[in-house]
Amino acid sequence: MKVVVCVKQIPDPADPGALDPETNTLKRDTKLILDESDSYGVEMALQLVDAAGDGEVHLVSMAANNEVGGLRTALAMGASSATIVSDDALGGSDALGTSKVLAAAIARQEPDLVLAGTESSDGYTGVVPEQVAELMGLPSVTFAKSISIEGGEAKIQRQTEAGYDDVECPLPVVVSVTAGVVEPRYPSFKGIMAAKSKPVDELDLDALGIDAAQVGWAGAGQEIVAVDEAPAREAGEVIEDDGDAHERIVAFLDDLKIL
Amino acid sequence: MDFGLTDEQEMIVDTVRAFVARELVPHENQVEATGVVAPELVAEITQKALAAGIYAANMPAELGGGGLDNLTMAMVDRAFGFTQYALHYIVARPSNILQACQGAQVDDYLLPTISGERVDCLAMSEPDAGSDVRGMSCKATRDGDHYVIKGTKHFISHADLADYVILFVATGEEETARGPKKLISSFLVDFDTPGVEVVPGYNCVSNRGYHNMIINFDNARVPASKLLGEEHRGFDVANEWLGATRLQVAAISLGRADRALSVATEWAATREQFGQKIGKFQGVSFKLADMTTKLTEAEMMTYRAAWKMDQNTMTDGDAAMAKLSATEMLQFVSDEAIQILGGMGLMDELPLERIWRDARVDRIWDGTSEIQRHIISREILRPLGA
Repeated sequence: MKVVVCVKQIPDPADPGALDPETNTLKRDTKLILDESDSYGVEMALQLVDAAGDGEVHLVSMAANNEVGGLRTALAMGASSATIVSDDALGGSDALGTSKVLAAAIARQEPDLVLAGTESSDGYTGVVPEQVAELMGLPSVTFAKSISIEGGEAKIQRQTEAGYDDVECPLPVVVSVTAGVVEPRYPSFKGIMAAKSKPVDELDLDALGIDAAQVGWAGAGQEIVAVDEAPAREAGEVIEDDGDAHERIVAFLDDLKIL
Repeated sequence: MDFGLTDEQEMIVDTVRAFVARELVPHENQVEATGVVAPELVAEITQKALAAGIYAANMPAELGGGGLDNLTMAMVDRAFGFTQYALHYIVARPSNILQACQGAQVDDYLLPTISGERVDCLAMSEPDAGSDVRGMSCKATRDGDHYVIKGTKHFISHADLADYVILFVATGEEETARGPKKLISSFLVDFDTPGVEVVPGYNCVSNRGYHNMIINFDNARVPASKLLGEEHRGFDVANEWLGATRLQVAAISLGRADRALSVATEWAATREQFGQKIGKFQGVSFKLADMTTKLTEAEMMTYRAAWKMDQNTMTDGDAAMAKLSATEMLQFVSDEAIQILGGMGLMDELPLERIWRDARVDRIWDGTSEIQRHIISREILRPLGA
């Protein structure tokens, strides 16, 4: 079984850098790390391949300058190989532009299963997995809390507000994995040393057969016109208990439709 | 010498920092409050460390260990030094001396210790023989194909978690220019050997939850096959493998100082007195400058010694300078950190009072500061015949 995992490499949240004032996008000139939200997909893929007893986990990522810092972490966790797509024309890509690139790179791998995080920790668009599925003509299942492969199809528990749905789906399928549903393994020391010799295929737009006008700033269908600081949190209401505080709390929660 | 981290070293240190933050730090307060690490927590941490592939990181990869070089190991120990030793120790670092195992000893001791099935401890000190190791009285007498061991060892760290001991005992005596001195041999002794008794040691101000034990040997019969190295050559075995232990103490001291300095810096940058941040007062900011300078000095000494060990050029003096500089730096940094925080520095809501207490033993175990100075000065004077 071949599982492809979409992996985003993001600026370290502990040292995120700054916004580019001209484009209102995050500068990515610092060292990039594996997006934690993608580590769950990597872990789930490794578990599925372990359970199958045969197969491999391949990573696909898009970043400037063939940056592989985050990919190496996922390779150290146990993934077999990776593809990194870099091209000067990719700067400014929106979610759809990113999805076009990822879909083309994933298709080259002919996977049985494609996993992705539900959303990245820096962009939070939350639409890339579904767009990749559409572009590849594959079914899409979102918010998976567990996946098993049985009888040549995927059995997925899909997280909902009320609980979860049982979904069965033919392979190949694109599945987005909910954060926190598995415990990502630590990259072992041996895995870290082995990661540097694992194959990483470096591709550009020409190699993928993608027209530069369809991606990057040229192809972006969105523009970030302004970024404002989030308003400071307002002080909450203090309720003095005159014997009816519990009723007021219940009324407050009722107004929020929590009860 | 280039101490810049490679990508791999950076990932290794990141892994350890993440492991320490997630698996060890959350248990610190419980260990401090109770003075024990619950057996189920020991088992849990051991399993997680094995699964994470960070157990026995100091041992060669071909034997199942982490295969780290000494410089990377120093960086790893520094990252572990962020937390307390009772928890750190569980992510085992088997004694390097086990690499001296031969024949059946490899399968009986070395390999199962690397894989976590067995746990080692090491016994050298005695109530009447501390720094003067060759004055030890615990002895092993040959009797056919066995040795009979009699005597007492104390200050035996984590013997309560171990199931065997790397034991140094006297097996003879020789005349030297400074009078008769014991000939030392080392043995691998299982704790289920009749005549071997492990009992609790003393309450110690440092490293709560990491226990020192007393081991009594009452005519314990040990097969000659348990001799580690050659008879009377125990010091050779120790000298070949134990240098790294002093680097470990030095590197852990760096990690403790990192944390103390971080707490003190945060405090200086945020606490206001007399209408300004206290870091604006030179009485505080100069302390931070001195703490940072001494920490950087010790870092250089420690990484230099580790780097030289990887080049097979480290001398006893190099290791001694690293330990001396790092442990005395930690004493200074932890004390000054408390001074910056004032009364809060002594409260157990923060880790400073623990780091301060724990630092005290580091200037004593694995060779006191005075012994380190002796080793360093000996290396200077001996070539001159002094």
